Amino acid sequence: MQRVSLVINGNKVSREIEDRTLLSSLLRDILSLTGTHVGCDTSQCGACVVLVDGKSVKSCTLFAADIDGSKIITIEGLANNGKLHPIQEALKKHHGLQCGFCTPGMVMSVVDLLKNKKNPSDQEIRDWLKGNICRCTGYQNIVAAVKEAASKM
Amino acid sequence: MKSFNFHSIKSVKEAQKLASGKSVYLAGGMTTIPAMKHGLASYSDIIDIKNIKDLSGIKVSSKSIRIGAITKHAEVASSKEVRKSISSLALLADGIGDAQVRNRGTIGGSIANNDPTADYPSACLALNATIHTSNRKIHANKFFKDMFETALKKGELIETVEFQIPTKSSYEKFPSPASLYAMVGVYVAKYKSEVIVAVTGAQSVVYRCKEIENALNSNFSASAIDGVKIKSSGLNSDIHASSDYRAHLIKVLAKKAVTGCK
Repeated sequence: MQRVSLVINGNKVSREIEDRTLLSSLLRDILSLTGTHVGCDTSQCGACVVLVDGKSVKSCTLFAADIDGSKIITIEGLANNGKLHPIQEALKKHHGLQCGFCTPGMVMSVVDLLKNKKNPSDQEIRDWLKGNICRCTGYQNIVAAVKEAASKM
Repeated sequence: MKSFNFHSIKSVKEAQKLASGKSVYLAGGMTTIPAMKHGLASYSDIIDIKNIKDLSGIKVSSKSIRIGAITKHAEVASSKEVRKSISSLALLADGIGDAQVRNRGTIGGSIANNDPTADYPSACLALNATIHTSNRKIHANKFFKDMFETALKKGELIETVEFQIPTKSSYEKFPSPASLYAMVGVYVAKYKSEVIVAVTGAQSVVYRCKEIENALNSNFSASAIDGVKIKSSGLNSDIHASSDYRAHLIKVLAKKAVTGCK
C-alpha cells in the first residue's frame, strides 16, 4: 500500500491505496470524480485526459503512486460557480459533442494546448488532438469550438 | 493488473540494488503500463527512476548532444539547443505518438523498449549515438538486437544518450493512422565522412539501409535514390502494409528526407 497525497481541483486529498492503482481508478472509483472517463483503457482514446502539474496526461496510463505530491485538474475543476469554462461553452455552442463520452478528455487536452498556443491553426489543433478520439462528430465542430475558445481566452 | 511493489528511488545505486529478475525500471510507462494492463507483462517490483535527477536534462557541446534517459519527448521537442544543433531530432520527438504520450514518454524508455516501429532507435543509429549506461558505453550499432531486445543486461540502466551532430539531417515517417507508430520511418544523416540511412518499422529491428547509403555517398541527392532496388523479402508484412508497400515507402521517405535535409 502507498500513501498518496494530491491536490485535486484545489482540494487536498490523501489516501492509502494499492500500489497498482491507476490515476483514473483513484479519481473515479475511490474519489467518485466520474467526469474523467475511461474509454479504451489502452492509452489510445484520450477520454481520461487530466492535467498533472499543468500538463495533459492520460490518467489510465499512470500509477497514482507515481505522482505523489502533484496538482491535478480534472474536468470537474473547470467550471466556476456554475459558469462553464470558455472551452466547454464553445463546444456546447458549436455542437462539438454528440454522445459526450470523449468530451472531458478533449476539453482537458485543449486546456493544455491553449496554454502554450494562444491562436492555434486548424492543423495545429488537429495535430494536438491526435490522442483524443471522437466517434460522433467528425471533428469539424470540435476544431471550430477550439478556435472560438482560443479567441475568447 | 497483478499487484506489485512500487518503489520511488533517488539514485542509480538504489535502483540497481532493488533490481531483480522480476523487477522493471519505470520511466514514462507509456509501454510498460499498457503491457501490464493487458497481462502481457507482470513484475514483482516497479522501480520508478523518474526522481533520479542525474538522468534528466540536455547538454550540448560542439560535437554532440547528450540527453538524459528520463528526458521527456516534449522536452526534447521544445529544446532550443536541440532545435539549433539537430533540428531533425527535435522534430522526431515532436512527432512521437500524441501530445499526452510526449508529456510522459522518455527517450531512455523508448530505446530500452526497442519497439520495431519506434522513432528514436532510428535516430540513435543515424546519429551515431552512444548509449551511456550505469555499467558501460554501448554504440547504437550494437545496442538494438532484435524485436524488443537490446544489449542491456539485467539491472543495467540507461543514463544518457549521446548523439553526434551531423552536417545535416532529416527524419521522415509514414505513421499508421490508428496507432501513430511508424509503418516505415527513414532517418538520413550526412556527416563529413559518410551518409547514414536508418530505417525503422520495416524489419523486426531498426537497421541501416546500405543500398541507399551507397547511392547517397556518391551523390547526395534525392534522384540518386531512384535507381536503388529495395528488396521486399525480409520486410514486415501485416494488416497495415505488405512488404512490397514497405519497400516502396523506404525509397519514397528516403527521398523526402534527403530533400528536407538541413
